Amino acid sequence: MGHASNSSEEAKAKGSVGKGLARVDGAAKVRGTARYVDDLKFPGMHHGLTKRSEVPHGILRGIHKREGFDWSQVVVVTAEDIPGRNTILLIEEDQPALVAIGAHVRHVDEAIALIAAPTRALAREAHGFLDLEIEEIPAVFDCEEALSAEVNVYGDDNILKTYLIEKGDADIEEKLASCDHVVEGLYRTQAQEQMYIEPQGMIASWGEDGVCHIIGSMQCPFYIQKAMRALLALDDDNLVVEQAVTGGGFGGKEEYPSMIAGHAALLARKAGVPVKLIYERDEDIAATTKRHPSVVRHRLGFDADGTIRAIDVDVIFDGGAYLTLTQVVLSRGVLHAAGPYKCENTRVRGRAVATNTPPHGAFRGFGAPQTTFAYERQTQKAAALLGMSPFEFREHNMLRDGDRTATSQLLEGSVGSEDVLRAVKEVAEANPLPKDDPATSIRHGRGVAFYFHGAGFTGSGEARLAGRATVALAEDGHFEVRSSSTDIGQGVQTMFTQIAATGLGVEPDAVRVPTPATDRVPDSGPTVASRTCMVVGRVVGQASVALKNRIESWASENGFGDMPLRQAATAMAKVEGEISETVQYAPPPGIVWDDETYTGSAYPCYGWAACVIDVRVDTDTYEVAIDRCVHAVDVGKAINPVVVKGQIEGGTLQSLGWALWEDVIYKNGKVANDRMTNCIVPTFSDAPEMHTIIVEEPFANGPYGAKGVGEIPMDGPCAAAAGAVEHALSTLVSSEGFDALPVSPEAIQRAMRLDS
Amino acid sequence: MPDALLLHMKVNGEDVEVAAPPHFTLLEVLRYKLDLIGSKQGCDKGDCGACTVQLDGTARLSCLTLAAQADGRKVRTVEGMTAAHLHPLQDCMDKQVAAQCGFCTPGILMAAEAYLTKQARAVSRDEVAEAMAGNLCRCTGYVKIVDAIVEASEIMAAKEQG
Repeated sequence: MGHASNSSEEAKAKGSVGKGLARVDGAAKVRGTARYVDDLKFPGMHHGLTKRSEVPHGILRGIHKREGFDWSQVVVVTAEDIPGRNTILLIEEDQPALVAIGAHVRHVDEAIALIAAPTRALAREAHGFLDLEIEEIPAVFDCEEALSAEVNVYGDDNILKTYLIEKGDADIEEKLASCDHVVEGLYRTQAQEQMYIEPQGMIASWGEDGVCHIIGSMQCPFYIQKAMRALLALDDDNLVVEQAVTGGGFGGKEEYPSMIAGHAALLARKAGVPVKLIYERDEDIAATTKRHPSVVRHRLGFDADGTIRAIDVDVIFDGGAYLTLTQVVLSRGVLHAAGPYKCENTRVRGRAVATNTPPHGAFRGFGAPQTTFAYERQTQKAAALLGMSPFEFREHNMLRDGDRTATSQLLEGSVGSEDVLRAVKEVAEANPLPKDDPATSIRHGRGVAFYFHGAGFTGSGEARLAGRATVALAEDGHFEVRSSSTDIGQGVQTMFTQIAATGLGVEPDAVRVPTPATDRVPDSGPTVASRTCMVVGRVVGQASVALKNRIESWASENGFGDMPLRQAATAMAKVEGEISETVQYAPPPGIVWDDETYTGSAYPCYGWAACVIDVRVDTDTYEVAIDRCVHAVDVGKAINPVVVKGQIEGGTLQSLGWALWEDVIYKNGKVANDRMTNCIVPTFSDAPEMHTIIVEEPFANGPYGAKGVGEIPMDGPCAAAAGAVEHALSTLVSSEGFDALPVSPEAIQRAMRLDS
Repeated sequence: MPDALLLHMKVNGEDVEVAAPPHFTLLEVLRYKLDLIGSKQGCDKGDCGACTVQLDGTARLSCLTLAAQADGRKVRTVEGMTAAHLHPLQDCMDKQVAAQCGFCTPGILMAAEAYLTKQARAVSRDEVAEAMAGNLCRCTGYVKIVDAIVEASEIMAAKEQG
């Protein structure tokens, strides 16, 4: 992309990519002036509330407005008020927006009716006077029990989706039997709450022209548009979905916002005024999607010299009551299940099962953390069995450039596997663990994890999405990047500013990246899957260069050849009207993926990472403190290294929190810990200092070499933390004590008592 | 019980008279009556710290504080931090990229400012981690926020001495 230029403005701008600039939205955020959805007001606006089933499985027989309340003050919406199809459309149409009378209720937080009132207090009062009549039927809450299909939640067998990956000709059982050693493990992981600090919320209003306008906290404006088209029976001309400044997402605002948007739109349509629907925290924790609980059986066959020869994995995800995104999450789970290791004989089976719990969904890592936990626990056990160092076993088996993955994808370039492992190993070896003092209750342990994460959509997904982005000269003389990529805290606006400024050869302050609205931006695809920088950033960069070239040739043709780009652009716009360039994503050549056999190029490329976690376990109190956290991540190219480090640090702590403390407790399908004090996430005092190392193995098809970074830091630290606790207590407890998450003080206490 | 109380507070240095229902929290009065939307509602149960403001210089959870309790007192919110320039805490948070989604940021600034003002000296990372444990952030892993608060404490302490 290097365009030679002598202009000093351009020479300065060249450095914009790769610099740790402050965020373009940073000043508004530290001043407290950034406006999130709950900070917005519209004239006559009412407040919405959702009436939920409270019954895990049943048939809705009636909705009754009890006497004693003046119902003329409020608006009540039920399934009868839906103008289009009663569904929250995503992959399938199985999930209703509101359960209709006579239809099935499949989980406790199913939306049945909606209320809008001039004040929240009045809406709450009406909520108490609205009675639901539900005929309860037996329910199933455990995904392994649901496999017996005695209680039917979905289809005939409760199976939402299955996958099979097979590599190698030999029968996997024979191959395992021929290995010198086989390590077998059963791993369980729990649901995890995204716990964005801003609760979910939307405001909907209908104009006199019949246009429905939705604004709110979201990751994917066009997902909402698609769902609203079906629910509200509107075409795109009568539908505008706009993102407000969004207070965190982590996947939690990928799919569920369509539900809230639909509810707000239905209420606003009937009430004739704008309606704001903001979730209370307990409602948000209880009703919205979480990370899929998993059960993973893993068999790792290897020879005495440490060479892995056979891998067999069986993955079960609890999908909850509806399909939502589960099949895609399971896909990523199975595609990562064999790990970043060479192996000629591999089998991975995956099943997602329906239960009567609120649907599980997208959460950073998207299925990969569950299987990564399993394979990295296995790797640790295998290395220990052979007496090899955890680094040596991994170095011996790791995928390198030119190797093939479990789906037989040939890795060609941008493989930072050796670099990331070496980087953390050097820090670890320079900082040996302190020796345990037997006179105290403190035991020290070290855990290592090594992992990869496919960036972008699976297989031919990016080709199907055909994401587009536009760079234009706005009326006020700024260059504007228009895309549907949402900044949810990860720094999209800043990153796109740097990419566009560099492509255009201008200062970053000449570029603006507004929050998207579906009537103002092209569909760049959803803000998910670690794809935003790599895929959308790529087309933003290409559009910027194309626009620069067009302006420059216009300028030289019209005698303005010496004029700085911005001035030339303004002159050109006066003659030509708005000038803009839109580029559609073209996947790298050679991507061949077979969805039937699950073979080929699963992802455009992979990020690679390794981490070392040192812990201190108190055998009296069972508390775990993290003394060291070293994390090396190959991101291709850090467009903004400070922002990238922030992504890695945030993801690392979410992974450590999931490993050691975070849990979602269900009782009869209902979240029992629906507060931030009992559904805990790490605090300032739980967080370790972090040693974060950025490794750059450029990806030829990413902007300036960049590839995905958002999710990979979530995948591995969980396994390293569990491994570190195992190591600390290795003389006291057998390793199975650390095969289920979270490795909480309670779990450690149980493990130590069982073994004593 | 009256429908509304007439409250008098000094909010960010200005005398304010505001009528609010007796059950209103300070957060509700700030957000709904005074349009000071910088203070955020993250949980409404005192768990997350996003609503933290200062009452007579002490950090308080405004979602657990009845507005009536602030009657006759000094209230400071994030809006009061920005004068001609950003406050050193805001500036350090911005430069260190310590605000990602930004929703917890106003509460963190209020808690940190109250803490650093009381300490009136440069503080360590461990001290910050302990003092700030009541404010949740889910984006950053806290690393850059701690960096920013430590740096701001050094700048503020140097100013005091200078």
